[in-house]
Amino acid sequence: MSHTPHRLDVQNISIGYGPKTILHDLSFQVPHGTRVAVVGPNGAGKSTLFKALVGLLPLQHGRVLIHGEILGTHKDCVAYVPQREEVDWRFPVTVDDVVMMGRFSQMGWLKNPTAHDRQMVSSSLTQMGIADLASRSIGQLSGGQQQRAFLARAIAQEPHILLMDEPFTGVDITTQEATLRLLDHLQEKEVTAIVSTHDLNLAGSRFDLVLLLNHRLIAFGTPTEVFTKDNLAQAFGNSLLVMENGMMLVDECCPPEEEHHHNEVRK
Amino acid sequence: MNFLLEPLTYEFMQRGLLASVIVGMLCAVMGTYVVLRGMAFLGDAMAHAILPGVAIAYILKGDLLVGAGIAAVAVALTIGLFTKEGEVKEDTAIGILFAAALSLGVALISTMQTYAVDLSHILFGNVLGVSVSDLWLIGGLSFFILLTVALLYKPFLVISFDPVLAATLRLPAEFLRNLMLVLLALTVVVSLQSVGVSLAAAMLVTPAATAYLLTRRLLPMMLVSAGIGALSSVVGLYISYYYNIVSGSAIVLTATLFFLLAFGWKRLRKA
Repeated sequence: MSHTPHRLDVQNISIGYGPKTILHDLSFQVPHGTRVAVVGPNGAGKSTLFKALVGLLPLQHGRVLIHGEILGTHKDCVAYVPQREEVDWRFPVTVDDVVMMGRFSQMGWLKNPTAHDRQMVSSSLTQMGIADLASRSIGQLSGGQQQRAFLARAIAQEPHILLMDEPFTGVDITTQEATLRLLDHLQEKEVTAIVSTHDLNLAGSRFDLVLLLNHRLIAFGTPTEVFTKDNLAQAFGNSLLVMENGMMLVDECCPPEEEHHHNEVRK
Repeated sequence: MNFLLEPLTYEFMQRGLLASVIVGMLCAVMGTYVVLRGMAFLGDAMAHAILPGVAIAYILKGDLLVGAGIAAVAVALTIGLFTKEGEVKEDTAIGILFAAALSLGVALISTMQTYAVDLSHILFGNVLGVSVSDLWLIGGLSFFILLTVALLYKPFLVISFDPVLAATLRLPAEFLRNLMLVLLALTVVVSLQSVGVSLAAAMLVTPAATAYLLTRRLLPMMLVSAGIGALSSVVGLYISYYYNIVSGSAIVLTATLFFLLAFGWKRLRKA
């Protein structure tokens, strides 16, 4: 392993809701500036993992270290792009307001935005190609534009680790492209990006590492290491079809219903 | 001009006007969160839940506002307690407490001799009976509540709009939620004298709902809501003076009229 400190060090964590455990004994380390795809069947615990990493769900067991310190020590180094249903779209905020929220922690909760904060907001909006929508209500935007607004907020937050839950599901091509470009850009800035996706081709082609989950860690490594017949069979079971020419098909799509039941976040 | 000035020659009218403007603005600002966070039912329940506190204070000849305050904070925290672990849904918990507190309040009041008059003052307010010391209490509490809302503008915005961001930024969301309930409870207590228990809920919702129709951002929504709340109080109180209507009803009906106008305007603009 490299000698640079790991940005994220997950040690033997188990996560779940109440007495029920969804993810068992997970351990992995992510070096700084890597792009990690989190893949696995519906209900495998991808969203659950993300919730634990942002601190929404307490760990049942184990610990998470960021820069060698316990999760939560750094107050603003993890940014999260929520799934659509976690946000109240009728709330009276403009796109600009939403992105500015990413700066709140750094500007101080009692202080007004400085010129630097405004600069960060406008450059993030420009980067995501929605600068012209800054003064629109968030509810007026299309789904893809809304997602880009939240990506802009994540950039404005200047995180060390960015978590994205299914950013490629149900969005237009422009947004998908903008998200992928952002991933490359983040890598240049040495920001770690952890992204859950159902798109195995995308996971294999645009990410450095793949984390294969199904209630436990099945494999973690480069796409070629992870995407083997055995690993995929373990993760997807009957949903995996291996053709004679070596091609593998995974019969998986649609919203991960089971996980969504747990997504209710109290305001 | 005389029409506007005449009521003000009475000191009780001056005090009543000042009290209802303060309360109108306070309710309207807190109401912004009530409307945005879908707590209208909670506001209603809270208003009724303070009834037993008021009744006990009345029987013991203590300060009504103090009794109401204790009851309101107790109810706010009990709702938080019942729903914390998700065993009881929030609206269910509210429904149970609401009904229980209202019944207890009415039961206590019914033991009093001047039952009807007292009950109507508690339910519908008696803004013209505001004393100088009441006014100080109303002013002081309102200042404290509004100051807290101003200082916690950003945290309250984040926990209301995006609880997940609140978690990633390590905001003490649970504490802030409870604090908001306590502020709401205090607001209801402050409004007790001016619009009364049963109409406080309306003043929490109606001006804020009107402002929601007219604005697109949180701060303007709060300011417009406060303006509507204050204006409704002034107009309502004059109507009450000249037509001899209960002040609380007049104030709420005026606020409702503003809501209908805003709703109509919005519809016309869309069409």
